Amino acid sequence: MESRNALARLADVAGNAVPLAERLRAAARRATDELKTRLLGRDFEQRAAILKERYVDMGGDPFGFDVATARHAAMVVAFFHRMYFRTEVFGIGNVPSGRVLLVANHSGQVPIDAAIVGSSMFFDSNPPRVVRAMVDRWTATLPFVSAFFNRVGQVVGVPENARRLLEMGEVLLAFPEGIRGVSKPFDRRYQLEPFGLGFMRLAIETNTPIVPVAVIGAEEQYVSLGNIKWAARLLDIPVFPLVPQMFVPGAQMPLPTRYRVHFGEPMSFQGGADDDDTVLAEKVWLVRQTISDMLRRGLAARRSVFL
Amino acid sequence: MTVAVTTSGADDRAIVITGICGRLGRRLTRALHREARVIGLDRRAFPDRPRDIEHHEIDLRSRRAKDIFRGGGVRALVHLGVMHNPRDSTEDHHSWNVVAFQHLLEYAERYRVPKVVLLSSANVYGPRPDNPQFLTEEAPLLGAGPFSEIRDLVGLDMCAQSYLWRYAATEAVILRPSHILGTVRNAPSNYLRLKVVPRLLGFDPMMQVVHQDDVVAALRLALTPGIRGIFNVGGPPPVSLSRALQMLGRSAVSVPHGVARAAVDRLFKWRVTDFPAPELDFIRYVCMVDDALARSVLGYRPKHDLLETLRAVDEERWV
Repeated sequence: MESRNALARLADVAGNAVPLAERLRAAARRATDELKTRLLGRDFEQRAAILKERYVDMGGDPFGFDVATARHAAMVVAFFHRMYFRTEVFGIGNVPSGRVLLVANHSGQVPIDAAIVGSSMFFDSNPPRVVRAMVDRWTATLPFVSAFFNRVGQVVGVPENARRLLEMGEVLLAFPEGIRGVSKPFDRRYQLEPFGLGFMRLAIETNTPIVPVAVIGAEEQYVSLGNIKWAARLLDIPVFPLVPQMFVPGAQMPLPTRYRVHFGEPMSFQGGADDDDTVLAEKVWLVRQTISDMLRRGLAARRSVFL
Repeated sequence: MTVAVTTSGADDRAIVITGICGRLGRRLTRALHREARVIGLDRRAFPDRPRDIEHHEIDLRSRRAKDIFRGGGVRALVHLGVMHNPRDSTEDHHSWNVVAFQHLLEYAERYRVPKVVLLSSANVYGPRPDNPQFLTEEAPLLGAGPFSEIRDLVGLDMCAQSYLWRYAATEAVILRPSHILGTVRNAPSNYLRLKVVPRLLGFDPMMQVVHQDDVVAALRLALTPGIRGIFNVGGPPPVSLSRALQMLGRSAVSVPHGVARAAVDRLFKWRVTDFPAPELDFIRYVCMVDDALARSVLGYRPKHDLLETLRAVDEERWV
């Protein structure tokens, strides 16, 4: 009798608990849905579908871009794009619809700026586009990294690949400052390093418009006091930035600065792709100057680094 | 010299096919023998050959091979007889492949054979992390680096190249197809035939495959008078390795590269597998070709789509 009562009581509790759990689960689902919509936007699935149409229906991307993987990656990047860095995007309508070369300043010790430019083109451009960046050759030798980069549309940085992507009508992102730009110390923030000439040769050769892009906010995400040369030499890496926050436990995330991405008006260049370096350098100077001006204006309009 | 002799149709001079007993050779023979006289050269016997073809069971290096060319009755030489057996010694390999081919080229030159076709392979470029996604014919042949077996193929390819530039009277054609799939017994087809396919953990390169019959079609196009040069032969649009295995319905196991390399090395020594360990790079890095030239000059179009091409490796199970 005793035991039956206990069992019945237990069943009673369970009977009440099940609807409660279900209600909780529903509430949780509503909350995540809400968060998802806030994070990804209402039209996320449509945007993903547009990409699917472009890449899957044309018989697959020859470089291995995979929409399903990219969709997941976009969800992660969306958190940084919308909530962490609260990116403001200006002039995205300047990006022409066909092939285009985005030329941006590079900064922030860790190349998050590339991901943010990429997510801007996915979340804020109409229609959404996939930004293809050129990654260093040695990443192809790294397990997981190489497969992941392939699937999210990143391509090994050789000129033939860049040419082919542009001929396919893709958006190509170039950082002509290279590693020197990304590893700038804090006192040289928003000052452009010398530009390489390769992107200009490519643009002229393939008759591609160049859209200058100024990324503001990345410079302050990690404050680098300088480059520890001996450590870089020891580890055989190009630079070893001295970032104080790296030594504070739990502060390894970048500082939540506010990103502002300015897309400038497209620039077209004529001439010979095999022109002398000095001829190309003048054109490159023009692009560099444009980005520099955009940075200056953007910084003047900015009220706060974080807000 | 030998300009006006390659009129089509009523040409009764023979097409010599070396390595005719291979599966690709047989397919090519079946495609050609009704419209041209075919002479086969192979060390192996060809028991079920069509009745109208002449077969010589000889070593390519022997004097008898020369006699076939001597009469001047040969209008084309198609060299499929590239040996790729990782079990043979390097000397055997070299002597069979490079020396034999040099002899053949010498006969072709001396007896004025108007056309020489070599079936090389896209493997001569080699899988490398810094390869462009699609290699053109001008890309350097770096496949020889870690692969002693491919070194001969690169040697052969280079022989044919220098021949191509030296003798204007002969139209030399080098075809470099990507992975040929089908009933053929080559490494990529054998690999895809495995019940459980090993992959390298964290690597998923794009793959380019081509159906064996599309290669036969490319070889026939190469025989067209007036065609000379080097042509990459690609197939349907490329696909990632994981997707290819998915399409074939194979189950895959992912193995870290270091472990896989050591294991394959050991298994190769124990004669359990015939995959040499350095060839693991083919499932690690990209090695695909740009076949724009073959499409525009040869008029080559792959007829088999991706699924058909992949499924071709299983064909024999049902026959």
